[in-house]
Parts: sequence; structure tokens; C-alpha cells
Amino acid sequence: MNDGSPLAPETMPDIVQPETATGPALQDVAIARLEDLQEKERIVVDIDGKEVGVYFLNGEVRAWVNMCPHQGGPVCQGKIMPRTLQLVREGMKSGGLGFSETERHIVCPWHGMEFDILTGRHPSNQEVRLRGVPVRVVDGEVVVSV
Amino acid sequence: MTDPITRPSIRNLEPIHSRSDTRDVLSHATKQAAKSYDDYFIVDIDAHVSEDQFWSEVLELVDNDVWRQIGQDQNRGFGGNNALLNITPGLSQQSVGGRIGHQGRREPVEGVEGHPFVISARRGMDALGLDYQVVFPSAMLLLGMHPQDEVEVALARAFNRWMTEVTLPQDDRLKGMIYLPYNTPEACEEMVERFGADDNIIGFTVCSTRNNAIHSDVYMKLYAMIEETGKPLAFHSGYHWGDPSFAQLNRFLSMHALSFTHYNQIHVTNWLINAMPERFPKLKMVWVESGLAWIPFLMQRLDHEVLLRPSEAPGLKRLPSEYMKEMFYTTQPMERTNMKLLQATMESFNSETQLLYSSDWPHWDWDAPSTITELPFLSEQAKRNILGLNAARVFNLDTTRKKPAAAQVLQDRPGVS
Repeated sequence: MNDGSPLAPETMPDIVQPETATGPALQDVAIARLEDLQEKERIVVDIDGKEVGVYFLNGEVRAWVNMCPHQGGPVCQGKIMPRTLQLVREGMKSGGLGFSETERHIVCPWHGMEFDILTGRHPSNQEVRLRGVPVRVVDGEVVVSV
Repeated sequence: MTDPITRPSIRNLEPIHSRSDTRDVLSHATKQAAKSYDDYFIVDIDAHVSEDQFWSEVLELVDNDVWRQIGQDQNRGFGGNNALLNITPGLSQQSVGGRIGHQGRREPVEGVEGHPFVISARRGMDALGLDYQVVFPSAMLLLGMHPQDEVEVALARAFNRWMTEVTLPQDDRLKGMIYLPYNTPEACEEMVERFGADDNIIGFTVCSTRNNAIHSDVYMKLYAMIEETGKPLAFHSGYHWGDPSFAQLNRFLSMHALSFTHYNQIHVTNWLINAMPERFPKLKMVWVESGLAWIPFLMQRLDHEVLLRPSEAPGLKRLPSEYMKEMFYTTQPMERTNMKLLQATMESFNSETQLLYSSDWPHWDWDAPSTITELPFLSEQAKRNILGLNAARVFNLDTTRKKPAAAQVLQDRPGVS
């Protein structure tokens, strides 16, 4: 389970707060079989107007509100890309660009802002992050609490 | 397991890509409109849709037989939708390796009446909650650096015809600014004469990415003609990786960040130091797509230098910053990582009366109207002014509501499903 906290307002002031930040008691909703999620890597659903992206990576399940902290874009409906790394070789010389073999990023389709699938955090500013949705696996079902 | 697990009806949301319907891509913006600004009058002063896929239609309208033949031959061959243009596809890295798919997008429009360009534009206007949108050609933003002036003139004539004859008449909410082939002043004058009175043309645009000195005497007749129309003259900034200074920069990000402010800073500096506002006091100047942070920087730099060296700017009767407070600026790409700096920036040039909202949709760094409505330091009236009322005043637009209700847009198409 993960549950994000509000962003630093001075850092990302135009955040549109998701509807799930406050409100009535959470409801458990089974959104997919775990094997389906494993195969697809990402499933995005609308549950009574609450949009959630659920991800599977390295044996872990994460769920994030489908709203980018930048301008409120549908962050979970964009591409999934490996993290881009600046490689450094001997003598602190540049080794050029490379893709991480383990870290994968959620990319917002509106403006390209990127977030780590497992932590929900932006690679350059850890304060900029996605809002988490409680998620767990029950009897092979992926269950989110919204 | 004690908690009950319910199975409500769940709607799957599909990935957004370059062929997604504009209304699906922007459904979150429509929700923002429904929540925060549906009753605002909103004008988008700078948008681009994607005219490249209709480039063959523009080439058909090239009036010079030779250039039309060359263009159409290129269009059928390796040039494709870049025929006759000087953009460099390999250096056009706006999509960040395909991460951002809406620039150059092609969406399904089958079965919908009207020109596909207009259909896409209308979808975007409805989804963003816009009453009016000014569209401008993306592919021509670099034409000022084209080594063949006659090609710039030929494409300007053709594009201005395509805009005024084909697309704009199909939707009263779409407006245009005439492309001025600025490397050929006499051709610019011809454009003003030919298109200046068109009701759908609300101004004139010079693409800033070029090396022309805008205070040159060759442009005085042009400025007088535009001033006489009462319509604004806009300078739309852009990038050019081939500029010797920017050739030092190894990432698109670096070049893009600097070049979009660079060209308009040069043009504003020449405009002011040569006292052009004193010669054309009624000419409304609009500076497009340089963001805002450069404005107080340039105000301070020029004020400082003019105070020390007044003999080099003898035509000025006031400090440069005073003239800059009378110019107009568009919002996008609005720097907003520091609210105190943004607030001070907006105060420096009287944004409440001088700032015009622009989306730049569908380019990669576009801004939704919520970028204005979410600002914590602006008054309600300032937000309404920036989002549309200032533009109505500058461009003489009717403020009667033109757009459908955001709730209706969402009901008609609730997003990717």
C-alpha cells in the first residue's frame, strides 16, 4: 500500500487536487486479476469518476491517482518509459545517455513530466510526486480503495 | 479478509497517443473548465492545431508556377509535409522521443462534416473551454531563416489564402493572424493590403526567428499600414538550433529554453532603443511565446543602460520599461515554479491589462486555461482579463459566449473509454 502526501505548494502551485484527497470513507474495488495486470503492466480505470492507474513492476503493485501534479493531465494514460540516465565513464567524462534496466517511469501525455512507477516521485525533484491510492492483492484480485 | 469487496461498473481508460481524439486527450481540461471557469470568456491567442498534414493543400495555392511544381514534387517524394520548408526533422525533438504525442497528431475525423483541420480545432476549443482561438502555422515558424526569400513569399501567400479561404470561414470561433514574409518588406505590404480587411483576420504576425533589424527603414511603410488598420502586430518567437550561439547547446531542452526568449528580446530592444513607439504610438505590439520571466529582466537591463547612455537612445521620452508596460504579451509557456517571482513578474508589466492567455496547443509545452485560474495571487477580475477580456479589447472581439457548456462537452464524450 502507498499513500501520497500533498505536494509542496510553492514548488508546484498549479496542482489540481484530486477528488480522492478528501471525502467519504474509502470503498474497496477489485479492478483486475493480478495476472492480467502483470501481463499489461498498467491498467487505468474510472470508478465513479475517480480515475486510478494501477501498475505492476518487479513484483510490486502500485496505484496512483490519474492526475499529473503539473497541470492535472491524465498522467497514467501516457507512455511507460525506462528512466534515462546520464552515464559517466573514467575520469568523470560523459558516457552519454542510457536507459535504466530496472527503473521505469510513468510519463504524462500532456507535457512529458515523468514519475517513478514505484515511488511516484519526479526524478529531478522528489517533492513533485503522484498521489497514491491504497492498493493490495486479495485472492489474486487487485483491489484499490477509492 | 473481512472488508467487503464490491465490483462496481468500471470503465477502462485507454492510453493516449498521437491518434487519440482531441476531446479524449483534453478531457481533464474540460473537467477543469466545468469546475472552475465555464462562465469565463476565453480567447486563446496562439494555437497551432496541426496544419502539416494539409500541407499539400497549401502547396496547391502557391501562385508561382515554378515553386508550386517544385513544392508538389517534393511533397510527393522525400520532402513530404516539409516540402519547401527549412525545418530540420532530425532536430525537431519536441515530442521527447514520442513521450508527448499530441504535436503533429492525426485524429479520426471520419463521418464528421467539415475540414479536418477545423474539426480538430473545434474539438480543442470545446475541450479547453475557449470562445475563440487564433491559429498559426507551426511549420512556418522558422521560415525567417529560409535562405530563399522568394520561397517565404510564395508560402506566405499560399498559407494566407488557405487560412482565409479554406479554414477560417468554416468556424466563426477560429481567427487568424496574417503571416508576414518579413524578409521581403514589399510583399508584407501586399499582404496587409490584400488580407487586412478580412473579418477573420485579427492581426499580423512576424516570426521572430530571423536576423532582420526591425527598426530598419524598409519597414516604416509596413508599420504605418498596420497601424492604420488598428489591428495588432505580433512577433511570434521560435527556436533555431543553427544560430551560432545555440550551437553550443547539446540538448533540445537547453536550446529551446533560451532561444524562445532570445529572439523577442532582440526585437524588443531594437524597437525601444530606436524609439519606434514614439513613431508609431497607436501600433499595438504583441510578443508571443516567450513566456514572462524575460520581461522584467529586459526592463531592468534597458532602463539601466538608457539611464547611463541616453545619447544612444535619444528618441526615447521615457524609460524603456514604461513603453514595455504598454505592450502586450502572451502567457505561454508561463514560468511558475516560484510564485513570488511570477507575481512580481506579472506586476512589473501590468499583467491585469497587458497579458493575453495563449495555449500553444497542441505543442509539447502548451498551457491550459487552469494555469491562470489556479494562480493564488490574481484577483477574479485579473483572471478574467488575462483569459479573454484583454484580448477582446486588443483584437476587437465580441464577448458574447461562443462555446458550449463544459458539462455538455463531457456528456457528449466523457473521455477515452
